[in-house]
Amino acid sequence: MKLSAQLVYGLVACILMVSAPHAEHLPLWVSAECGALLLWRAWLARSGKALPPRWLLLGITLLSVVGIAIGFRSLFGREVGVTLLILLSTLKLLELKAVRDATIVVYLSCFIIITNFFYSQSIPTALFMLATLLVILATWVHMQTGDLAFKPRLRIGGMLLLQAIPLSLILFVLFPRVQGPLWGLPQDAYASSGLSDTMSPGSMSKLSLNDAVAFRVNFDGEAPSRDRMYWRGPVLWDFDGTTWKRGRNATTQKSTLEDTGMSLGYTVTLEPHNKRWLFALDMPDKLSIPHRLTPDFQLLSEKDVSTRLRYHAESLLSYRANPDEPPRQLQRALNLPRGLNPQAHELAQGWRTQHPDDDAAIVREVLRHFNQGGFEYTLEPPLLGMNGVDEFLFQTRQGFCEHYAGSFVYLLRAAGVPARVVTGYQGGEYNTLGDYYILRQADAHAWAEVWLGKRGWVRYDPTAAIAPARIESGLSAAVSNPAALPFMARNPPPWLRNLRFNWDALANQWNQWVLGYNSETQFAFLTRLGMEDISWQKLALNMLAGIFILVGVFTLLLLRRLVVRSSDPVQASWLRLCRKLGKAGLPRAPHEGPLDYAARVGAAHPEVAASMDDLAARYVALRYRAPGDDTALLAFKRAVASFRL
Amino acid sequence: MTEALKNILAQTEQVILGKPQQIRLALACLLARGHLLIEDLPGVGKTTLAHVLARTLGLQFQRIQFTSDMLPADILGVSIYQRESGDFKFHAGPIFSQMILADEVNRATPKTQSALLEAMEEHQVTSEGETRPLPSPFFVIATQNPTNQIGTFPLPESQLDRFMMRIQLGYPDAAAERGLLSGVDRRDLIADLQPQMQTSELFALQEQVRKVFVSPALLDYVQAILRHTRESARFVHGLSPRAGLSLLAAARAWALLDGRDAVIPEDVQAVLPGVASHRLQSVHDTQASDGERLARELIEAVAIP
Repeated sequence: MKLSAQLVYGLVACILMVSAPHAEHLPLWVSAECGALLLWRAWLARSGKALPPRWLLLGITLLSVVGIAIGFRSLFGREVGVTLLILLSTLKLLELKAVRDATIVVYLSCFIIITNFFYSQSIPTALFMLATLLVILATWVHMQTGDLAFKPRLRIGGMLLLQAIPLSLILFVLFPRVQGPLWGLPQDAYASSGLSDTMSPGSMSKLSLNDAVAFRVNFDGEAPSRDRMYWRGPVLWDFDGTTWKRGRNATTQKSTLEDTGMSLGYTVTLEPHNKRWLFALDMPDKLSIPHRLTPDFQLLSEKDVSTRLRYHAESLLSYRANPDEPPRQLQRALNLPRGLNPQAHELAQGWRTQHPDDDAAIVREVLRHFNQGGFEYTLEPPLLGMNGVDEFLFQTRQGFCEHYAGSFVYLLRAAGVPARVVTGYQGGEYNTLGDYYILRQADAHAWAEVWLGKRGWVRYDPTAAIAPARIESGLSAAVSNPAALPFMARNPPPWLRNLRFNWDALANQWNQWVLGYNSETQFAFLTRLGMEDISWQKLALNMLAGIFILVGVFTLLLLRRLVVRSSDPVQASWLRLCRKLGKAGLPRAPHEGPLDYAARVGAAHPEVAASMDDLAARYVALRYRAPGDDTALLAFKRAVASFRL
Repeated sequence: MTEALKNILAQTEQVILGKPQQIRLALACLLARGHLLIEDLPGVGKTTLAHVLARTLGLQFQRIQFTSDMLPADILGVSIYQRESGDFKFHAGPIFSQMILADEVNRATPKTQSALLEAMEEHQVTSEGETRPLPSPFFVIATQNPTNQIGTFPLPESQLDRFMMRIQLGYPDAAAERGLLSGVDRRDLIADLQPQMQTSELFALQEQVRKVFVSPALLDYVQAILRHTRESARFVHGLSPRAGLSLLAAARAWALLDGRDAVIPEDVQAVLPGVASHRLQSVHDTQASDGERLARELIEAVAIP
């Protein structure tokens, strides 16, 4: 069967619309070639000329593929794949011979729609793709029905699209979300482990590029201010010149924590990180699950956290921690590797002689040194050598939190003040939708604790001395340059400004609700809807149930329409008669009138001719003449019931 | 059905052999107050049919042979200056008659064609600022040669729509042709025909046609047909509302001719080729003559609700 020109136009339009957004990033010659091929195909359909011969198509295809291979120096990868897909789909139009080819083109168009979202996921793209989908559906309807005018075609296509909306909503809301990017390889998505139990220059700044969620926190009441949100993780004691390690605790004595007020309860949902420690606010007091609290206030789970873990914790924001620390532990907090970083030792000794008995004054000196010494907070600090602390303190002066925490503790120990490094997370991103805080790997942080006699272990964050913004508003505020806004600086008219603000708000909603609908948002949204203990199995079950219900509703609606069609009792009886005769091998054609049908049946079976004529006459009288009484209807019904062939 | 109608049908069938269906359609068209277009080759009996109908119905008959040099005044009439009285006197043209046979209507120029077609629609003639009513009943049978013949101005779709029906006579079958060849001269037969009814009876019949009952179920069917022609990509245009009215009126007349007081789907199907064939045009081929086939397809495509 030859495809009609109308259908070919539809198919050309499908390919044109799905590949048009790609035009800007495809190689120029590919865009031009596709455009020329589409024009050629439309012209062929219009003039009714024959399609190009096979050898020519093969030649064009081979040349184009070779061209792409040379241009990209590869035939693999996303860019090349998309380019090839679009080029070959366009070429497919030139060998449309049968409905089968047209079907392939329609399905290909649907597939290419996805590739557009590799490049842009904005609202205009989505709207344009929706319009494209409508055109594809209308073309598909055209292909299936053959003889439907343009408008009804579009109407049926739109109807299909509308019917698909509830289904896609269910899929969108309930489909179990994969953590991390969908297209990433598994090692990309999962290998990024969280905080480790060692710290060396670069280990934290590497984490700061990782957007994965570490844990989420729901506060029972008011959340504390950001600068008090220090989520305690591994405590590091031992330093070998480059790396800080946990080491072995020199005591088994239970830690003591004196409450000075400000107890705070919250619930933590911890993502699996395959290590034993749990995170809690400085200082952890109570925990709802079995755990061990080490003498340096680390919370350890009984085994590695390999599944999502949820616990309730209480912390003291104001405390006195281990004021009577055993001497052996204090000695650990003073150990330094011998023969390294002479300048740092010299500096520390200077402070010690200045304040022979005042440890707190030395701490202040160190902080002042950081604050006024021309230090810079950066994600990309220069590499450090053997005497890392000296190089950092006196030459590079550029570092991330691990540099500051490490050298801070180093300086204090060199001055004879017991100190240790604490790693963990700082701050958190507030999720307005779910009323909770998200802590990402990027929020990983390192700070220090200093033992000040009766005051016990006191937290100091040297990073706050250099980049207070890091603590108060988060990493991005501290390191990135504020982007210049040249357009807005030119003071546009108010309506334009409003339009831009509105558009921005809309785009923000889109980002938050559609693009940003990841596993956390899903979790929060469904929790708010009242779903408990969300797991992917449960989501999948709910999704299937939703789909079944929806399909069931549609089925019922369709069935009801069928039933309504024969709600007229006269017609119902007549159809019953027709079914009877249909079973006997004389089905009524849909367009066959009652008298014609009766005549045909009578001719085939003369023995029932008279009764059939009578039935048809009764039917005609009941259905096409002015309405009479019910007795005639009853008689007709009875006659139909007793009719036998 | 009245005796008179039976007689008319019988007499016409004696003259026009082997075409009972077309004769019935022509009569139904007349009873439904429509105009009839007969399209066929010359010499298949178009004129004879018109003649016989006029004769048996007892109507005044005028035949207008259309030619390419004809002017509107040749049909409608003209005012001529009277020297004696010093004023203009209107000389009525051939259109002032109860039954008009407009022979070879597509030979005339569009200007002349439209003069006739306007008179058909309005049932009156306006000439030199004066409106004159046409006699009643007023029935036009136009014949036209197939459009691919030389020297024709095909009627545009808008004009075609004014005809309630278009029928084709076609060649007679062997038996009918034998009867025709061996029988007496048709002209003599026509001359012997007697009028079977008064004009008042014809009016009464036309009124009766209007009263034939149409049930909602049948209207559903008619609407389904109209909708199908509009939604299907098979046709260039769908059927107009006027076509729908014509279809219903013709179906009523057909039901009356069949002796029924209500329209059934078979009536609609019987008149549909006549009513729809000149109004439907296939998108695939532009041959005008396939209208009948298209109408058959249309019947088969629409299920009776």
